[in-house]
Amino acid sequence: MAIHRHLPSRREALLGAGTLFAWSLTPRLARAEGRDPRMLVIVLRGALDGLGAVAPVGDPDWIGLRGERALLLDGKPPALPLDSFFALNPAMPNFHRLYKAQQAAIVHATATPYRERSHFDGQDVLESGLTRPGAVDTGWLNRAMLSLTSDGRVDPRGSRVLGVGSVTPLVVRGRAPVLSWVPQRLLPASADTQSRLLDLYLHTDPKLAAALEARMRLAALGPATVSDASMVDGVPLAAAGINGVRAYFAEAAGAAARFLAKPDGPRVGALGFVGWDTHINEGAASGQLANLLGALDSALAAIETNMGDNWRQTVVAVVTEFGRTARINGTNGTDHGTGTVAFLAGGALRGGRVVADWPGLKQAQLYQDRDLKPTTDLRAVLKGLLRDHLRVDERALATSIFPDSADVSPTAGLVHAS
Amino acid sequence: MSTSANAQAALALHRFGMGPRPGSIAAIQSDPRGALIAELDRAAAAEIVAGNLPSSAKAFRTVTDANAKRQAKAIRAKKEQEAKRQTADALPMMEDGAQAAGEMAKMAAEAVPDPGRPIYLEEARLRIAAALSAQIGFVERLVWFWSNHFCVSADKIRSMSGAYEREAIRPHVLGRFSDLLLTTEGHPAMLFYLDQTVSMGPNSVAGINRTLGLNENFAREILELHTLGVRTGYTQNDVLSFANVLTGWTLVPPGDNPEHGGEFTFNARLHEPGAQKVLGKNYEDETVEQGRAVLRDLAAQPATATHVATKLARAFIADNPPPPLVERMAKMFVDTAGDLKEVARTMVLSDEAWTQPITKLKRPNEWVVGIVRATGLTQADPARFTDGQVLLGEPLWRPPSPKGFPDDEPSWIDGMGRRLDVANNFAERVAGTTDPQEIIENVLGSSVSAQVKQAVGNAESRQQALVLLFMSAEFQRR
Repeated sequence: MAIHRHLPSRREALLGAGTLFAWSLTPRLARAEGRDPRMLVIVLRGALDGLGAVAPVGDPDWIGLRGERALLLDGKPPALPLDSFFALNPAMPNFHRLYKAQQAAIVHATATPYRERSHFDGQDVLESGLTRPGAVDTGWLNRAMLSLTSDGRVDPRGSRVLGVGSVTPLVVRGRAPVLSWVPQRLLPASADTQSRLLDLYLHTDPKLAAALEARMRLAALGPATVSDASMVDGVPLAAAGINGVRAYFAEAAGAAARFLAKPDGPRVGALGFVGWDTHINEGAASGQLANLLGALDSALAAIETNMGDNWRQTVVAVVTEFGRTARINGTNGTDHGTGTVAFLAGGALRGGRVVADWPGLKQAQLYQDRDLKPTTDLRAVLKGLLRDHLRVDERALATSIFPDSADVSPTAGLVHAS
Repeated sequence: MSTSANAQAALALHRFGMGPRPGSIAAIQSDPRGALIAELDRAAAAEIVAGNLPSSAKAFRTVTDANAKRQAKAIRAKKEQEAKRQTADALPMMEDGAQAAGEMAKMAAEAVPDPGRPIYLEEARLRIAAALSAQIGFVERLVWFWSNHFCVSADKIRSMSGAYEREAIRPHVLGRFSDLLLTTEGHPAMLFYLDQTVSMGPNSVAGINRTLGLNENFAREILELHTLGVRTGYTQNDVLSFANVLTGWTLVPPGDNPEHGGEFTFNARLHEPGAQKVLGKNYEDETVEQGRAVLRDLAAQPATATHVATKLARAFIADNPPPPLVERMAKMFVDTAGDLKEVARTMVLSDEAWTQPITKLKRPNEWVVGIVRATGLTQADPARFTDGQVLLGEPLWRPPSPKGFPDDEPSWIDGMGRRLDVANNFAERVAGTTDPQEIIENVLGSSVSAQVKQAVGNAESRQQALVLLFMSAEFQRR
């Protein structure tokens, strides 16, 4: 409805001079070397259930932990095998294909340094790169753009940062100029938001509850009813239900890839997908979480397609603020937890593996007797990608980009040496 | 300050205003009623600075001129294309030559920019900013009410739709109803909207010479919608006579007169000669004063007082307002010869206005302005905002009929899905800079239920928290 208070264009105008300086250092070498790396960060807001996405099917305590909601290699549908220990949610066939082609990897039992369970604070820590929540207005990916090594390998014209969505994600906000792109499509309110709102109405306003229920029933009839009314006077309406989510994810991610693929376009970008807070009826191989993972899988496929030849110089990092409880809660879902997974994809990766220092699932092995224990600091992974893929200065990584992280060594060997 | 004072202030802002902004509850909670009255008493309270916006007549001329130029360009392009085709006669001519000529004509027309949309958007920007930045917004709500009561439609007369509100509605919403009535009915936008510009008396000079004749529409809508109300005793003969009275009320053709085109004029050649009897009274005067006299008498009718009081109380207080309140407001209307500020004051000072349960469903535009105000924003992009209003089913200055937009819950409650989409979209846009807890604490005050606080606290993201908050009954009902 309203003009957002962050106006990228104004910020660009104010800070353009400073960043021109940063660009002017780098052109000759980067081009001479023929490297032009791209990086896209996807933030899954709401906390992804890492165990529901990538299951430790080889862990003897796995079935005992999740019972009939455990992903299994002989489940219905069967989980997709990754190695002798882990298997992928069957909603992600594209990611599985990339993994088999060594263009995708998974980091498991990972977390940021944040150890509380507030979404908002957790997202702030994830995106700011700081060790604790607080008032911040810049993100680590943006700050990284200001610290490219002097033999810079990122194309200078590409040191602009792309933010997708009406709000520039915090991870790309900061001094480096930000290009913003807003998908035309309205993202429909997620099924989770609708059911929470319905619950609120049922407790406070029966008439509003009835009206909302009617809308949800209509949406459940499927896309046929939606296309009939997908435009009102030329204004596009949100498609209802998971079809709308899938379309939004694919459009947002696909558009981001098209921008990053342009010869003179930005080289790094970020977008956020909401809806991962699966407290109720999470499902497993099918259901709410599988629907979302399927939408994410389509988004990754759209990125691969739209990147074209540049896919081989691309890394996509899919991260979330924290994980969820190891056990199922009382409403067939999971509550806020700690350790989770990060998905990595792209032709530049040394993929085909699950990076994990597996903590185990026995009661004593769980964090605070409830969550998957984090054994890999997510910052190590991100620092490794920034250092080896974008060639960000290593000292800056430990100070200005991820402050107070000197003891968190960048993970080596995530991408192909070039 | 006590909880009840805080709740009264919140009620004042939701029920009579545009909804709370950061700090506005604190600003008025020592005396919410006094704050509402003070807003009524501000000088020129309803007026807005129009900047460089054209008057309605100027806007109408500008758009008419542009349309004429577009048409001329299109015709010329088509002719040139056809001439080319004839000279190239010997060549095997493409089948779709005519179609190509049409395309050329269209392109030529589009080369002339349409000035109507920028004017509409700038008018919208001013109106939205007035609603977003008002401390309480009681007077803006009255502007919206009267603009809807005396509505015109941008679908028919877009160039004038914003200027109409500035020129005919705003100067009179706190004045006398008769002045408001005479100004709106005599405004070119209204005459154009209700097809009055071509209505002519059957025995007028023009009527005799032409096949066109009387159009009852304008007279009927004035009686039914603007003054007495439907089924209040007027007859078909009253409608006919009144329509005759109003013949000659038209506007200066915009193409003929670069200085006054689009302004109101009384064209005696269209006017039905002779006296007319309306509601049992004879009106002798045969000029524009004949119509003005009827309008003044209609404004003074008790049925008009009841009609206006009922609609106002329904808009502000409840779908079924308490009859004693309506009666007191109608009596004040009669006693003060239609002083609209006094009628509004009577409503605010009544006990019923403060004791009715908080069940009235906000109209989409009240709701959406309310959620934007809660974030502290005072400006909005008019293109995006008006697109949102289309989605919500209440497009700006484009009511479905001369009756205006409805004002009751059954008309709007099925639109919750649309509100949810808009809330979701807006929440996504402001989530980076808006703290839902701050809205609960500093904007809504003590009126937030424990259930809403809990739902917001448990949300998976700031965006979801904002959606739940914006969609809560606290923002939907007043």
